[in-house]
Amino acid sequence: MSTRTPLSRARGLGSARSGVHHFWMQRVTAVALVPLVVWLIASLAYHAGADYESARAFFAQPIAGALLLLLIGASAYHMKLGMQVIIEDYIHKEGTKLTLLMLNSFFCVAVALLGGLAIIKLSFGG
Amino acid sequence: MADAKLGGSGGVERPLSPHLQVYRWTIPMALSILHRATGAALYAGTLLLVWWVAAAAAGPDAYANAQLVVGSIYGRFVLFCFSLALVFHLLNGIRHLVWDTGRGFAVPTAKASGWLVLILTLVLTLAAWFVGYAAMEFHR
Repeated sequence: MSTRTPLSRARGLGSARSGVHHFWMQRVTAVALVPLVVWLIASLAYHAGADYESARAFFAQPIAGALLLLLIGASAYHMKLGMQVIIEDYIHKEGTKLTLLMLNSFFCVAVALLGGLAIIKLSFGG
Repeated sequence: MADAKLGGSGGVERPLSPHLQVYRWTIPMALSILHRATGAALYAGTLLLVWWVAAAAAGPDAYANAQLVVGSIYGRFVLFCFSLALVFHLLNGIRHLVWDTGRGFAVPTAKASGWLVLILTLVLTLAAWFVGYAAMEFHR
């Protein structure tokens, strides 16, 4: 026997079964970003003032390309989740909120795609 | 609720629950909002990262242009703020991950870890810039 109330059953709105997904992905991307960001800062500092040829040589390394792709992907996901919470916390007008949530997704996908394509192009020496 | 707003009892100003301005600022509270603020700043800052890789992918001219802008005094200032925000968000993020394991919640501990994050943010950011300037001399 179900313990749900008749009203709840009629509405058909139970658990969406995704309760902790947002929380969990925020942590997964955060953990992934710890070593990736440390590596990025170290690489940037180490290559400061390097000319175009050295920069290309850096980007051409498979390991650098892979780490940069992971970094841009995890960052885009992480910041999409973070900005979503900020919007949900402060914007209470339904229309404005939905618009901003969509723009947030568009922006993060654009960052991931633009960054990702540039890194792939550099990896293949284009 | 609408009644209370309209002053249902003859325009009487009803008391509101205490809000941010009545509390004395504490380190955990300041770092909490700073974590969100730096997160929002880094959100925009990813454009810098995308610009950097896109300029490298676009060719020597675009890359030289990006180097010129970032190398200018304003560019360096923006980059310094970006690095400061990034290092802070990284370190305070690790603090949050430790909290997720259920550790470090005692008030003195949370205060101490907050100060540690602040000090390490300054030290590590300055260290990264020190290495950066040394590398620039080396690449010259």
